[in-house]
Amino acid sequence: MNALNEIYSGFNSLLVGLRITLGQFFKPGVTVHYPRQTLKIPRRYRGHIELVANPETGKPLCFACKLCERACPSDCISLEGVKLEGDKRKTVASYQLDFTKCSLCGSCVEVCRDGAIRFSRDYNLAGVAKEAFCMDLVQRLREQLAAATPEAPSPKRQAQPEIPHPRFSPALARARNDAPPAAVPGPAATVAAARMTPAFGAGSMDALLPRLGPPATGRAALPDAHCVGAKQGEGSIP
Amino acid sequence: MNALASNAAAFLDAEPWRLLVWLAALLGFVALNAAYLVWVERKSAGRFQRRPGPTEVGPAGLLQPVADGLKLMAKQLVVPAGADSALFRAAPLMVIAPVLMGLAVIPFGRGLAALDLNVGLLMIFALGSINVMAIMLGAWASRNKYSLMAAGRMVSQNIAYEIPMLLVVTTMAMVTGTLDLNQIVAQQAGAFWHWNLFRLWVNPLMPVTFLIYYACMLAETNRAPFDMAEAESELVAGAYTEYAGMGFGVFFMAEYANIVLGCSLATVLFLGGWHSPFGLLPGLAWFLLKMYFLVFSVIWVRWTFPRTQFYVLLNLSWKILIPVSLLTLILSAAIIKIPKALS
Repeated sequence: MNALNEIYSGFNSLLVGLRITLGQFFKPGVTVHYPRQTLKIPRRYRGHIELVANPETGKPLCFACKLCERACPSDCISLEGVKLEGDKRKTVASYQLDFTKCSLCGSCVEVCRDGAIRFSRDYNLAGVAKEAFCMDLVQRLREQLAAATPEAPSPKRQAQPEIPHPRFSPALARARNDAPPAAVPGPAATVAAARMTPAFGAGSMDALLPRLGPPATGRAALPDAHCVGAKQGEGSIP
Repeated sequence: MNALASNAAAFLDAEPWRLLVWLAALLGFVALNAAYLVWVERKSAGRFQRRPGPTEVGPAGLLQPVADGLKLMAKQLVVPAGADSALFRAAPLMVIAPVLMGLAVIPFGRGLAALDLNVGLLMIFALGSINVMAIMLGAWASRNKYSLMAAGRMVSQNIAYEIPMLLVVTTMAMVTGTLDLNQIVAQQAGAFWHWNLFRLWVNPLMPVTFLIYYACMLAETNRAPFDMAEAESELVAGAYTEYAGMGFGVFFMAEYANIVLGCSLATVLFLGGWHSPFGLLPGLAWFLLKMYFLVFSVIWVRWTFPRTQFYVLLNLSWKILIPVSLLTLILSAAIIKIPKALS
C-alpha cells in the first residue's frame, strides 16, 4: 500500500512539473534580443566619465583645475585649459581620458568641486583597437551637444526616467521593444551632426582646439598612436 | 491525361518501383524529421525557458538545420588511430537502418504502409534491438574507454527497459489478437473511446500500460530524463565521443528517427492510428497530428525533468515498470480467458 502511495505521489509530482513548464511555454519571453533590442540604462549607471556643459551657455563647466588629474590613481586623465578673452577663469581645451587604464573608481567625479564631470551611461564599449579607448572628452561633449536639438534641455535635466530592474511582465517586454537604443547616439549620427554645426559658442572653442584630423567620435578621437601620457593637444594651445 | 496518370500510378504500384518510391519517401521523411525536429526542439526549449531560440539563420531560424547539416557534412570523418575502421564506419548505418525498416510497416493511413506485413509489430521490435548492439559496436570500435563505458550504461539501460516494453506490447498483442499494425488500427475505428487507450473493459489498466510504454520509449531512445548514456553536461558525448561530422550526425538523426518511430507506434497501438477522435474524416492528417503531439510531449518532458541517477533509472524499471507491466499482462490474460473458460 505504501509503495502504491509512493508511485501515485511520484507520478503526481511529475504532472505538476509538466503543468508548470507548459505554463511557462505560453508566457512571453524574458530575454532581450540584444543588438536589436536594448534595455534602458539606469540613471545611476557608472560608465566612463564625461564632461558636463553649462545648461545656459552650453560651454563645459570644467575650468581645468586639474584636481581630477591629480586624484586619478591610474593616471589616465590629462587635461589642459585655456584662458579665453573676457573670461575670468580658464576653460578646458583638451581633456584626454585613457580608458584602458581607468578602473572606474570615481575619484575624479568625487573630487570635482563644480560637478563638471560625471559618469556617462555609455555601456557599448566594444572596440577593435586600443586607441578607440583614448577618449577626447571635449570632442565628445561637442558631439553630444551637436546631436541634441538646439532647444533641447541641458544634458543635466535630460535624465531619463529610471527603469526598474527587469521583471517578468509582458508590459515590460513590450516597452523594451519600443525603447530607444542606448543613451548615446550612434557614431555615424554624431559624426554627421558634428560636421554640420559647431556646437557651443561657434568660433570660440573650435578655433582654439587643436586640429585632430578628420572628425571622429568621442571615443576614437586620436588619429595617431595610443594615448600614453595623452598630451598631444598641448603644443598647439596658444 | 487521366489515362497517363493511372498508367503512371499502375507503373509505380508495380513491385520494384513501389518499394523504391517508398524507400525514397521514408528516407526523405526521416531526414526532414531529424533536421526539423532539432529545430522544433531548440525552439521549444527556448519557449520553455522563455527565450526565443534560434533566430539568426533564415526567418525564425528556419534555415538553422540546413546550416547545421552543411557544417556536419563539411567536417572530416576521423577514424581514431587503432580503431576498428570497418566497424567504426558501419555502426552509424546499423543504427539508422533498423529505424527506416521499422517505419516501413507503420500504417500512416488506410492502406498507406510501405509493407503490409502481418507480423509488423514483431518486426519493429526484432529490428529495434539491433540499435543497441550497433551503438555498442560503434563505441567498442572507436577504442576509447569512455565511449565503451557509456555504451555499457546504454546497454544496461536499454535491456532493462526492453523488458517492460515487450511485456506491454505482448499485452497489446493479446488484447488485439494480432501483430498486424493495419488490423490493430482497423480495430480502433470510430470515436476516441474505441481507441485502445480508453478500452477499459478490455483491461482496466490500459492507461497505465500506455504510460509504461511511453516511459520505456523515452528510455529506449535515450531521451531525457533517461539520457545518462550521452549526458551532455557530464560526459562528452557518451558512446559517440569519437565520432565527428556526419558520423555523429547519423547517430543524431537516428535518435530523432527513433523518437518518430516510437511515437508512431504509440499512435498505432494506443491512439487509434489514422482514425479521428470523432469518428469522422479518418486520414493521414490525424495520424501525423497524434504522432507530432507525442513528439512534442517527448520534448516537453525533456525540458521539464532533470536527469535521473543511474540506479534510480534501473530501480524504476526493475522494481516498478516490470512488475506493473507483468500485472497488466496477467490481468488482460485473465479478462480474455476466464469468460471463455466459464462458458
